Amino acid sequence: MKEMNELKRKVLELLKEDARSSTALMATLLGADEENVKQAIEEMERDHVIVKYATVVNWDKVSDERVTALIEVQITPERGRGFEGIAERIYLYPQVKSVYLMSGAYDLLVEVEGRNLREVANFVSEKLSPIDAVLSTKTNFTLKKYKQDGIIFEEHEEDNRLMISP
Amino acid sequence: MITNNSQQTGDTGKSMHSYLAPLVQQIQPSGIRKFFDLAAGSKDIISLGVGEPDFKTPWHVREACVYSLERGFTGYTSNAGMPELREGISEYLHTRFAVEYNPANEIIATVGGSEAIDLALRALISPGDEILIPEPCYISYSPITAIGGGIPVGIETFGENNFKLTAEGLEAKITPRSKILILCYPSNPTGAIMSREDWEPIAKVVEKHDLIVISDEIYAELTYGSAHVSFASLPGMKDRTILVSGFSKAFAMTGWRMGYACGHPDLISAMLKIHQYTVMCAPSMGQVAALEALTNGMEEKDRMVDSYNQRRRLIVKGLRDAGLDCHEPQGAFYAFPSIRRTGLTSDEFAQRLLLEYKVAAVPGSVFGLGGEGYLRCSYATSVSQLNEAVERIGAFVLQLERERTE
Repeated sequence: MKEMNELKRKVLELLKEDARSSTALMATLLGADEENVKQAIEEMERDHVIVKYATVVNWDKVSDERVTALIEVQITPERGRGFEGIAERIYLYPQVKSVYLMSGAYDLLVEVEGRNLREVANFVSEKLSPIDAVLSTKTNFTLKKYKQDGIIFEEHEEDNRLMISP
Repeated sequence: MITNNSQQTGDTGKSMHSYLAPLVQQIQPSGIRKFFDLAAGSKDIISLGVGEPDFKTPWHVREACVYSLERGFTGYTSNAGMPELREGISEYLHTRFAVEYNPANEIIATVGGSEAIDLALRALISPGDEILIPEPCYISYSPITAIGGGIPVGIETFGENNFKLTAEGLEAKITPRSKILILCYPSNPTGAIMSREDWEPIAKVVEKHDLIVISDEIYAELTYGSAHVSFASLPGMKDRTILVSGFSKAFAMTGWRMGYACGHPDLISAMLKIHQYTVMCAPSMGQVAALEALTNGMEEKDRMVDSYNQRRRLIVKGLRDAGLDCHEPQGAFYAFPSIRRTGLTSDEFAQRLLLEYKVAAVPGSVFGLGGEGYLRCSYATSVSQLNEAVERIGAFVLQLERERTE
């Protein structure tokens, strides 16, 4: 059991690095049996430990216009449900890419994506602010993304070692 | 004015070669050099020829150095190195390898492990002394022994025995002129390591013949499976051992040139004399970085070691699938497969692999006795490059088989 958990953790690390790694390659890298790797992945998919295999995209390099904003939202929690109900009302909007409950000066951090500033501004003024429990919002537009999920977008640390060295 | 070692050039119109010290004239350029030149001109090469980590120095280490420069820490340090660094090294060696060195007089910070070895040899060698060197080994030991006036004596080690040094092998090469034994485990180029059981009979021979040991433990952190056993940690060996190590491999700090030597105060003080008259002290910015690595770098180091271990499994399997015999390296970051069955010499094999299949690796022959018939493949490169490299090696081996049957 402990071994399986250890294997799962290592498989997750490899998948975070490259979601397209084959089970054969992962088995070789980890010195594990390929069947065990397959089983670990199946279990983690079933248990929603692995939620989805996604691609990290640097949209700045694609011609599509899109803007992202991080919106700080202060809300009044609901009796009995706390922040859950309002969070759900917010995260169900397709424009909302992520929602975090925060400690500190505000309650929810909401990441919203739109085609342009006006679209995001409209979402905030027409959908988010009118929610009864929402006390205030503060919209921060993202100007440039340097790093996401541990991945640096403009990696300039290339391998400049000599071809042969002692 | 001096532009070439043998051509007639410059104002004097005579060969400058005649001015060179005979000892230096006799030294052959490194066999690695030739492959470096060959590889330099070609494009799209995958290099398995690199003897250094593919990681950059961890950011916190670089940042600590930058910060210290900003504060103007740019002067000399004490000859033996910053006291804090020596204390850090002492603490580290104690925690990691159970050896005790007094930072006040038993440790000296050097310009890379290379300087430490040079200092040790120069402090010890009298002309004509024989220096025992298990081979295949790092390419510098023999030439710097010769430059120091000693006579290098190779001890062949064998793939069948995982390239371990044996007491019999050592004893067979000992003469009344034997003085020093240079050890390098985990080994560049073979990846061999020595266990406590492997060391014990060696220690007996060392004691019996009153040898001094220079133990190059630069790869000590890079072992897979069993932990490194420092030669100095064996009973009775500390006083006759100079432990040499550095930061290049464990902390991905090759360019910083930071190393150290530890040993008996008499030996260290002799080495310190040479050190202070030649380089004065190791670079202060390197010392700051080294201290940061020792203090806060263990987690990053573990992560890197984990990654080498994964790639070690990948390359060993890949080379075996390619049809080459490959013993399992237990340390450093080299695989050392045998290419004997192809019928080529290691030099021919490496040269054709480079020119025809664009994979650079180093022929085993350059590492001394016992290296012929092998190839050094560094796996400090990305998984995708390793996969591609072993595929190309497999195709090359197949082609060689076809050539042989035609």
